[in-house]
Amino acid sequence: MKTTDTPPAPPAAGPAPAAKRPAPAVEEKSSEGKVLNVFSHGVLIIWAILVVMPLLWAVMSSFKTDDSILSTPWELPDKLHFENWSRAWNQAHMSDYFFNTIVVVGGSLVGTLLLGSMAAYVLARFDFPGNRFLYFLFIGGMSFPIILALVPLFFVMNNMSLLNTQHGLILVYIAYSLPFTVFFLTSFFRTLPTSVAEAAMLDGASHTRTFFQVMLPMAKPGLISVGIFNFLGQWNQYMLPTVLNTDPNQRVLSQGLVELANSQGYKGDWSGLFAGLVMAMLPVLGAYIVFQRQVVAGLTAGAVK
Amino acid sequence: MQHGRYRFIVGFLVAPLALYAVFVIWPFIQSIYYSFTDWTGLSPDFKMVGFDNYTRMFKDDIFWKSLQHSVLLVLLLPLVTLGLALFFAFMLNVGGRRRKNATVSGVRGSGFYKIAYFFPQVLSIVIVALLFQFAFNPRGGMINSTLEGIGLDSFQPEWLGDPNLALICVMTVLVWSTVGFFVVLFSAGMASIPKDFYEAALLDGANRFTTFFKITLPLLWDTVQSGWVYMGILALGVEAFTAVQVMTVGPGGPDYSTTVLPLYVYQTAFRDGQAGYATTIGVGLLIVTMLFAAVVMRLGRRERLEF
Repeated sequence: MKTTDTPPAPPAAGPAPAAKRPAPAVEEKSSEGKVLNVFSHGVLIIWAILVVMPLLWAVMSSFKTDDSILSTPWELPDKLHFENWSRAWNQAHMSDYFFNTIVVVGGSLVGTLLLGSMAAYVLARFDFPGNRFLYFLFIGGMSFPIILALVPLFFVMNNMSLLNTQHGLILVYIAYSLPFTVFFLTSFFRTLPTSVAEAAMLDGASHTRTFFQVMLPMAKPGLISVGIFNFLGQWNQYMLPTVLNTDPNQRVLSQGLVELANSQGYKGDWSGLFAGLVMAMLPVLGAYIVFQRQVVAGLTAGAVK
Repeated sequence: MQHGRYRFIVGFLVAPLALYAVFVIWPFIQSIYYSFTDWTGLSPDFKMVGFDNYTRMFKDDIFWKSLQHSVLLVLLLPLVTLGLALFFAFMLNVGGRRRKNATVSGVRGSGFYKIAYFFPQVLSIVIVALLFQFAFNPRGGMINSTLEGIGLDSFQPEWLGDPNLALICVMTVLVWSTVGFFVVLFSAGMASIPKDFYEAALLDGANRFTTFFKITLPLLWDTVQSGWVYMGILALGVEAFTAVQVMTVGPGGPDYSTTVLPLYVYQTAFRDGQAGYATTIGVGLLIVTMLFAAVVMRLGRRERLEF
């Protein structure tokens, strides 16, 4: 994996330590550089360990027996207890939670990208009265506390018979993803060249057709970035489903894990719990390792703009 | 043509706008209205009570405790997180051994560090909170057994069970999961600073600490400021709610020692059945959020540097 801003490391046996360089002003500084180098590596490695250790500990614990998790937390498992995993997957309903999450996130991700790009396209490319107002109305949603709207939202959903339904949750996810999506895609559509769209219009394509056949394909990089951002956000969503989705059969992954922790904790099934946790980590871990660059670009895109 | 254009605009906006209005804007407006009622949320009947909820809020000890914790989070979390992230990012980008033709350089393997540091950011805050709930477990948890391993048997805190430590534990977890994001963000910003700035400073005899405060930080200030806002929203919103709700007993900690405003709103509405009063606390939270944003914008305003 390469990062764009780091030059490749020189060969380890490089014969030119900085101290031998001729320029005196620089030579003086180079000893400082060496000390700093050791210091930097030390500090950086410590934080890397602090980040990685809890995750490795969880993976290790998921293969151990309950007794050994509590009595010898740092010892490797005597053998790989895969039964923890199958117990979590089947008896603790992790399979159901996964399935529910995939349905809800799949539906809302498609909806978010479609509706978000439609609104963003119109706001970015067409001049009409109220354009600015609608734009700020959309992006204003990024800054207010969701919890405030959550209490009335519960009753709005109740009146529309959308509580504890997957389509209800999908609609809410889409609505709460729109502010950032519209914000991001509006600035993206503004950067796309107008000439191609104009050519398409001259050839007699309608606005709708131009959008779907010309603009959307051109906006693919932006859609991928904002898609990853929304995927992680919606996959990890906890507060909205906790309030709006209390039917045990409809639980999504994050709710299921908390439920698992609460109920299994009493039973003392620690190994099953860790297996469930690691299971839930794996998809994002995999996605992150494979799409590392896009994930970072997608997540940091909003903050640098 | 003109007709078709407006039909297109309306056609494309109607669905997203309708969803947004029904599920975001409308509840938001309603919540301000409900904050003046005695609505329980359970029965359809309620009446206007004027400012009763607001006077009640000002006398409510738990509200003040939650507010205090939320304000503490808003002040400390960005400070610690952004400080650590700036430090690491500077190490990654400027802390390396000097190489040929490079005045400043990153440490070797900075790509690896960035990948590792960023990872907690993609994990759900629920997973992170659960993981650390086990890690902080006094019996058999990772942290206390490590302490035991290095011979600190006598120092075995109860962590989340200790009212004095619980909130610090929650904060540590939030810092742990967010630092990597800002390391990557600040690294990208630092990489775009022209190298000759550093060259000139080093020739003038500036050491790295001076260059950090005189060159890197001022040029990065815009990014730091948006990071500050982002951390503040996180500390007042969903992340703090989730971390406290999942990690601490109660939830809300022993003797409300970790309760935060969003959690108190949630509990008042959905556990205690006082929807009206809950929205009042929500309005309090909104005011805190707006104050915070205003303060950051005001303090953060500096001359913009172009390069």
